[in-house]
Parts: sequence; structure tokens; C-alpha cells
Amino acid sequence: MSQPGTTDYAIEVEGLTKHFGDLVAVDHIDLNARTGTVLGVLGPNGAGKTTMVRMLATLSQPTAGTGRVGGYDIIRHAPEVRSLIGLTGQFAGIDELLTGEENLRFIGRLLGMPTPDAKARARELLSQFNLSDAADKAAKAYSGGMRRRLDLAASLVGRPRILFLDEPTTGLDPRARGELWELVRGLVADGTTVLLTTQYLEEADQLAHEIAVIDHGKVIATGTPTQLKAKIGGQTLRIQPEDHGQLDALRALIAERFPDLDPLVSAGAVTIGVNDDGVMPTLAAELRDRGIALTDFHLGLSSLDEVFLTLTGHRTEDETDDDTEEAGR
Amino acid sequence: MTAATVETPAAPVLGRPSVGATVSQTLSMAWRQMVRIKHNPFELVDLSLSPIMFLLLFVYVFGGQMAGSTSDYLQYVLGGLIAQNAIFLTMYTGTGINADLRKGVYDRFRSLPIARSAPLAGKIFADMFKQVWSILIMVGLGLLMGFELRSIGYALLATLVLVVFALAISWVSVLMGVVADSEEKVQIYAFVIIMPLTFTSSAFVDINTMPGFMQAWAKVNPVTHLADAMRGLLSYGPIAEPLMWTFVWAAVIFAVTAPLAMRAYKRKMV
Repeated sequence: MSQPGTTDYAIEVEGLTKHFGDLVAVDHIDLNARTGTVLGVLGPNGAGKTTMVRMLATLSQPTAGTGRVGGYDIIRHAPEVRSLIGLTGQFAGIDELLTGEENLRFIGRLLGMPTPDAKARARELLSQFNLSDAADKAAKAYSGGMRRRLDLAASLVGRPRILFLDEPTTGLDPRARGELWELVRGLVADGTTVLLTTQYLEEADQLAHEIAVIDHGKVIATGTPTQLKAKIGGQTLRIQPEDHGQLDALRALIAERFPDLDPLVSAGAVTIGVNDDGVMPTLAAELRDRGIALTDFHLGLSSLDEVFLTLTGHRTEDETDDDTEEAGR
Repeated sequence: MTAATVETPAAPVLGRPSVGATVSQTLSMAWRQMVRIKHNPFELVDLSLSPIMFLLLFVYVFGGQMAGSTSDYLQYVLGGLIAQNAIFLTMYTGTGINADLRKGVYDRFRSLPIARSAPLAGKIFADMFKQVWSILIMVGLGLLMGFELRSIGYALLATLVLVVFALAISWVSVLMGVVADSEEKVQIYAFVIIMPLTFTSSAFVDINTMPGFMQAWAKVNPVTHLADAMRGLLSYGPIAEPLMWTFVWAAVIFAVTAPLAMRAYKRKMV
């Protein structure tokens, strides 16, 4: 097959920008996803993740910039791009009145499969996605997790080489989330390239080979999960002194003992991103020796909030600095 | 653990869909609509109620005064009621498209390598089934009430004419469905247009009883021609002339609204 899809990168994005009137939803984003890998796009609500995916999946036109999917330009070769991709959006792209089997058979027929093939493919996907028992039930009777699985299955009917998953597990319980992760891992093992957007650091960590953190429509950090963790700390140590007056002393102590760490003071506590397992016991001994009484001292996984705090210096919901507004090009 | 050369049997890269593929995709879209009816048969009950009510009320309430006897009025009004109902039915094409456009399922269609027009064409095509269903219900009930059919052959022709006319004027509804920002607005627009349009025609009364200015309008009103054509084919009266004007109107309405609707629709579909 001589086609441009043989490049090292299944997804290449350069300066991609989308304006909605005065709002700059996506602001000069550059991204690359290596063929056969998972690119995680991590960001809070409203960061521009969905807008970016919609442009790459040929659902909306960029205001500026270029994107190539499988080597094909998303504007000039939209039909070719569509034949290569699968999309699972935030809102289920299934018909709730139809059964699971009918939904998948319908997509197969749309893709030009003869009816027996479309039926066989539907059965195959239903069994792969553990939906065989519900195959003949209307999709509206499905649970949230089943719906997402059916939706993902629907995007796979045509065996796409490149898959866009836009917040595939938002709103799912941990078990359903874990099941979906397993399915995605299986697809990647078979060679599918995945672009996954998520609000969950853990999800990106679990699935992605590379992560791009975006905020206000801009990429603010990229790297492998290990690189990002080294930068922001894979875990967060929260230390809350009994006496608020000791916050500064506490910070000074941390800065003195661990000059590599960057302690942040907020809400009466000091938080530090840590990678080194030795930090916690060392600090505990130090604090005990100095007689600083604590009300909270615990190690937790970094939440997206903390990632943002570390990377941008502002909390995800903090919109006071208006850095997304920029003159149109 | 798999070698680097392992590849999933992926679908081939495709350019724009061919005409044959577009037709097949349209039929698949129509199939989806039919399956929806299978799972929600109440939709057919909903479709049947208003024509049954209108037919019973018009004939047994107005019939005596309108034509001297209910049976004479039934012979006159059935064609008119079928015409009116067909026009009202096209409104559902617009409301259906309006609702679909705002759902995730259209995002999926947009991301598939299918013709942009297939979802729309499939919906319009499937709605023709509803047209045929309605005419069957009305003629069936009419026969029970004592309606005398001109001939089976003419009745089949009437159905065909009705479908062609409905296909053409569906585009008015599609245009409203694509442009309007809610289903309710489509319904209001449609009601405000369809109600006066169908009443200022020969559907229910002889237009010679109308005042001059109203007669002048009623004579050119497309509903008059469709109602006369239906009456001619199903019961009595001239056939050729109303049939010709029905097709002329269908062609004009299609030529004006279909390109506008397609342009608005493509802007939404990208």
C-alpha cells in the first residue's frame, strides 16, 4: 500500500488553532503521536481538548494551522482521514432505540460491509467487549459502562488504525474504567495508534506513552509519564502544621533539606511533589526533632489540580489571568 | 510480544464515496429509521391518530352542512384531507433532523467515511414510508365509512403522486430543521405556514364560495392542485390538469429549497 500513512507519526499537528468568535479555544497547538503508541492529552474541562479532537476527526474546521492524520491533511483529504480513524466522543454516538447488535450492524452496513459480514463483525465486537448477553437489548437499557463500551465498539467496526478517544471514562466508576483501559491496551497491542484525552492523570499514566498537558488551549508540558512525573512529582506530600504560623518555617525547612523540591503553600498546608520514597521518613524525623505538631501528613497521588498548580502556578478553576485572549490571526 | 510487522486487517484508505456507495449508505440510514419504528411502534399510532380524527370530525360534523349529506362530503373531502395530512407529515422530517443534529450520533456519522448527504437522504427516504402508511390508513377508514374508490390502479397512482410531492416539499421542512435552533421552533414555523396554506385551498370547500381575493389565491395555491389531483384520482373530477400543476409546484419548491437546505446542512456537517 503506497500511501502517506507510512510515516513515523500517525498524528502530526502544527499550530492548530480554533476561534469561536472572540474565544480562542485552541491556541497554536503542536503535537505528534508516534504510530502504534498512545498520546495522552491531559487537561481540565474547557482546556480545548474536545475542540482539538473534533478538528482532527474532521468534524470541524481549524481557524489556522495544519493537522495530518495517517499522513493525510485533515482539511484537503478529509474523506481519506475518515476512512482511517475511529472516534469515541464524550456523548455516546449510538442510537438508543436500537439494540447493541443493531447499532454495530448499522455502522458495518454504512461502511459498505455486506449484511452477513456486518453481522459477524457486530457479534465479534460484542463478544470482545463483553456485551454478548446484552446484544439484543435496546441501548437505552445499558448501564453507563456498557454504553461506553458499545460506543467504543462502534468506533472500531471499520478496524481503524487511528483512534480518537475523547474522555472515554469520564463519569465511569473505577471498575468500568479499568475494563475500558484493558480494551484500549488490547487495541494498542494490535498496532492501533490512540489519541486519548482525559482529565485524569492516573488514566494518562496508565495508558499513554507520551503525555501533552494542555491548558487554555495551549500545550504547557509534554513528555513521557516518567519525565512528567520527574518534573511535577508523581505523588504529592501534604503537610499541615497545627499552628498556621509555622507554615513559613516549614517551607524553609523543606527548601533547606530538599533544594530540588518546590514547596507550595496553599489552604494552610504545604504541598510538595515527590518522587523519592526517602523524602517522607526523612521529613517526619526532622519535624519530630523540631517539635512541629501536624494535623495532616500524607502522601497521595498527584491530582490534576496539583499538576496544574506545579506547571502553571494556578489552580484549574482559576481564570483570573486572561492569557488565552489573543488577537486573531 | 508481537513482531513489529503485525498489522490489523485495516480498512482501505478511501476517497470520496461513489454514487453507488452513497445510495447504499442512504438505504442503511433509512434502515436505521425503520428499525427505530420497529422498537417504538407507538410512533405509528401517533401518525395515525390525527388523520383518523380529522376524517371522522370533518365528515360527521361538517359533512351534512357542507354537501347536504355526509356520504357526498366524504367523496369530496377525502382527497383534501390526504393532501393536508401529507403536508403536515413533512414537518416531522425537519423536527427529526433538528433533533438528530444536536446528538452524538451525528458526530459519529461525520467521522465515518460516508457521503455527507446520506443521513439526510436516508431520513427523507424513510419518512416516505410514513406517507404511504398514512394514505393507507385514510383510504382504509374512508372505505369503511362508505367511500367509493374510482379504481385501485388510480389509487396506487395517487399514492405515487403524493410521495413525489412530499419528497419535493420535504426540503422546506429540512431547511427549517437545519436552520432552527430547537425542535419547537420548527413546529411553530411549520404550523404557521401549513395551517393557513391548507385551509385556503380546495381541500375542504369549493373555492367558488370564497370571496374574490381569496379565490384568486386559492386557485394558485399548490394545496388546491394536490387536493384536486387526489380527489380526481381517488373519487371524481378532472385529473390531468391538477396533476400537471402539482408536479410544476413540486418542481419549483424543490428547485428553490433543496439547494438552500443542502447548503445550510453542509455548513453544519462540514
